[in-house]
Amino acid sequence: MSHTAEPTTHLAHHFSDTQQQADTAKLGTWVFLLTEVLLFGGLFCFYSIYRSWNPEIFHNAHKFLNVGLGATNTVVLIVSSLTMALAIRSMQLGERRKTIWFLVATFLLATTFMVIKYFEYSHKIHLGQLPGQWYTFQGVEGTNPHIFFSAYFMMTGLHGFHVLGGMGLITWLIIKTARGGFSPAYYTPIEMTGLYWHLVDLIWIFLFPLFYLIG
Amino acid sequence: MSTPITGHHHILPLRVYFAVAAALLVFTVITVIIAQFQFGEFNLIIAMIIAAIKATLVALFFMHLKYDNRIYAIVFVGSLMFLAVFIIFTMFDTLRRGDIYEEVAHPLQDARIYHQAPAAPADTSHTPAPPAQAGH
Repeated sequence: MSHTAEPTTHLAHHFSDTQQQADTAKLGTWVFLLTEVLLFGGLFCFYSIYRSWNPEIFHNAHKFLNVGLGATNTVVLIVSSLTMALAIRSMQLGERRKTIWFLVATFLLATTFMVIKYFEYSHKIHLGQLPGQWYTFQGVEGTNPHIFFSAYFMMTGLHGFHVLGGMGLITWLIIKTARGGFSPAYYTPIEMTGLYWHLVDLIWIFLFPLFYLIG
Repeated sequence: MSTPITGHHHILPLRVYFAVAAALLVFTVITVIIAQFQFGEFNLIIAMIIAAIKATLVALFFMHLKYDNRIYAIVFVGSLMFLAVFIIFTMFDTLRRGDIYEEVAHPLQDARIYHQAPAAPADTSHTPAPPAQAGH
C-alpha cells in the first residue's frame, strides 16, 4: 500500500507519535460516549419508573405504534452501522473511493431512518398522540396515556437529533475524504464518527423493543 | 487476519462484519416474532436479553472493543454500571415507596404528625384510615 505524499498524519506537537494521538482521540471519544449513555440514561430511568407504575397504559398505548415501521428502521440502522464499519475498513486499506461510497450509503440509510420517523411523527401529531398537555387523542384505554407518548417522543426525539448530528458528521467526512484528507495513516475522524454512529444504533436497539414490542 | 498498516490498527476480514450484521438482523426478526406471543413479564425480559446480545455484538465487533485496548471497554462498561446504579436504586425507591408508607404510617399517624396534613402518596389505598389507630 503506497502512502500518498500529502502530509496526512496531522501530528499535533503535544503528542509523541501518531499512535499516541489516535489512542488519545479514541479515549476522549469513549468518555464522550459515556456521557451520552448517561444522558439517555435519565430518559431510560424515566421510562422504567413510569412503565412500572403504569404497565397497562404502556401496553395499551404501544399498540398505536407501527411495528413494521419500527422494525424497518431497526434494520436500516443496523445496515447503516455495517456500512459505517466498512467505510472505516476501506480507509484502513487505503481505498478512498470505496470509503466515500460506504459513507454515502450510511448517509442515505440515515436519511431513510429520518424519513420513516417523519411519517411516524406526523401521523401521531395528526391524531393528537402528543406528550403531556398537548395530548388530545381519545382512543387509549386507561388514565394518563399521554405518559407513554411523552416517553416515546422524548426518547426517540433525542435519538433522532443524534441521527441528524451523525448525518452532519458523515457529510463532513464525505467531503474531507473526497478532498484526500484521510489515509491509512490518518483516519481518526472516520473512526470516531463510526463509534458515535454505532452508539446511536445501539441505543435504538433498546428503544425499538421498549416502545414497539411491549408484550 | 490482515496485516496492520500502521501501529496496531486491526483490520478485520469482511466476513466478520457481514456475519455480525446478519446476526443482528436475525435477532431483530426473532425479537419481533417473540413479541407476537404473550408471555406476561417474560416478554420484557426476553426482549431485553436479545437487545443486550445485539448491543454486545455491536460493541465487540463494530466498535472494535474485542480488539482494542481494554481501557475503552472499561470506560464503556463503567458507564453501563453507573446507569444500572442510577436506574436500579431509583426503582428501589419508586417501587417500594408505598410499602414504606404502610410500615411507617401507623406510628406517625399515632403521633398525629400526618393527621392534619395527609401527604398523598401514589397509592394510599391500603393505608388504614388515620384516626382510631391507637396503640401498637
